[in-house]
Amino acid sequence: MTHLQLEGLHKTFHPGTINEVKALQGIDLIMNPGEFVTVVGSNGAGKSTLLNAVAGVIAPDQGRVLIGGVDVTRQDEVQRASRIGRVLQNPMAGTAPSLTIEENLSLALARGRVRGLGRAVSPAKRVRFREELAHLGLGLEDRLQDKAGLLSGGQRQALSLLMATLQRPEMLLLDEHTAALDPRTASLIASLTDRWVREQKLTTLMITHNLEHAIALGDRLIMMHEGRILFEVVGPEKRTLTIDGLRTAFERVRGENFTYDRAVLN
Amino acid sequence: MEILLPILQQGLVWGLVALGVWLTFRVVNVPDLTVDGTLTTGGAVAARLLVAGADPVLATLAGFVAGAAGGSITGLLHTRAKVQPLLAGIITMTALYSINLRIMGRANIALLRVKTLVPTEPWAQLALFAVVVAVTLVLVNLFFRTDLGLALRATGDNDAMVRTFGVSSDNMKLLGLVISNGIVGLGGALVAQYGGFADAQMGIGTVIAGLAALILGEAVFGAPNIWRATVASVLGSVLFRGIVALALRAGFQASDLKLVTAALVVLALVTPRWKQLVGGAAK
Repeated sequence: MTHLQLEGLHKTFHPGTINEVKALQGIDLIMNPGEFVTVVGSNGAGKSTLLNAVAGVIAPDQGRVLIGGVDVTRQDEVQRASRIGRVLQNPMAGTAPSLTIEENLSLALARGRVRGLGRAVSPAKRVRFREELAHLGLGLEDRLQDKAGLLSGGQRQALSLLMATLQRPEMLLLDEHTAALDPRTASLIASLTDRWVREQKLTTLMITHNLEHAIALGDRLIMMHEGRILFEVVGPEKRTLTIDGLRTAFERVRGENFTYDRAVLN
Repeated sequence: MEILLPILQQGLVWGLVALGVWLTFRVVNVPDLTVDGTLTTGGAVAARLLVAGADPVLATLAGFVAGAAGGSITGLLHTRAKVQPLLAGIITMTALYSINLRIMGRANIALLRVKTLVPTEPWAQLALFAVVVAVTLVLVNLFFRTDLGLALRATGDNDAMVRTFGVSSDNMKLLGLVISNGIVGLGGALVAQYGGFADAQMGIGTVIAGLAALILGEAVFGAPNIWRATVASVLGSVLFRGIVALALRAGFQASDLKLVTAALVVLALVTPRWKQLVGGAAK
């Protein structure tokens, strides 16, 4: 049984104008339940567009998005939120700064549910939040009533990760969620992500600029270029992959395309 | 006490307006100008109903409903038609002017001979306003502790983020504008009964008066959390009415008050910057 299924996704921004960008040019992808896929590629490769198409932030021009067998192509991001947890690049983007940590977590706990007039932060929830925060190992469990705006970038990103996964999502989308952090904090969040995803067996799609993280994390690595999936590395091959190996593979595939392009032009 | 009593009365009854303005400007994070219209709508509906012999409690609550309906128009213009919030508020406010005249059937309804919710004895008036404001404060604070209220607060704080958790930020903004203008409409209903008349012009300057109260309250009493912020906006309103009373004593005419209010808002907005500048120079 497949968990995420992308069929022939196409997306062109500003079609027919001088700014036309073919961001996705036929993406097919199948992810199994619990699989952790990392996506790399240069700027403009279409990584973010891919993630946004899965999240429902943008609607594809063509193609379908299925999550757990359900066609969600026509649903917007608010509707898809009941299935999808997301962590964004900017640590400021994932939390509400003037809400306390426990209020942020309560908001996350109600993800995808109808929000009514029930008490947002109850003692029972507080116990659970404290446990979950202790699991992060950042000492946030003693700061439930601190405003999220007081936290450092790394702490906020860790909180965002917890919020995205608190109500176990069918899909976890990580949008370069370590890119805005300093190297030490970035590796802390990366290892936290790895542990979290493994422990909860979350089906995860992560895009990153950081080749090291892309190799170290996940079961499968996908290289995107110009809106297409160039190649993927799985299993034993991925475990022995190095940054140099990845670069060589990238240049080899691109080089072939390049000569092909030249042949066509001639 | 002769001076203080009307200041407290006005401060409390206009405190509802300050609370409504606080809700949009500070919580929903949408600058809403509709209240200039919805204050009158609340007053107009209550006055019309009272003259027709309606129960004063129902007539006052109808002011809330009418204000909320006005707020929903701005909310729909902003979230569904994607009109900028300032413009959406001005459009609704303008439309409401005509609607308010239609509701009243004329430019002015006197309430001197009808039974209203507001008693004639000054202390009883103060007690009524205190109760209404206290109940509103408690309800608003309880609401902001619910899942829905939390989603509304979070929308004003980070609307992109709430969408990732399945909250329609548009619906939350709409809800915020409805509640805010409802409270202002309730305020309008009480202002009309307190003043003894509803008038097509009574809402002019409501936003600025509300803002003045809000900013004063924040500056003097602080607003570190929802409780403190809501109470501060009501207390700010009392403070503002005190300043207005002082201005009148200092020789300003009643017709000068809009100017005094505007100057006060500018002063309150600019002072923190001056403080920063002066503080920066001292270092």
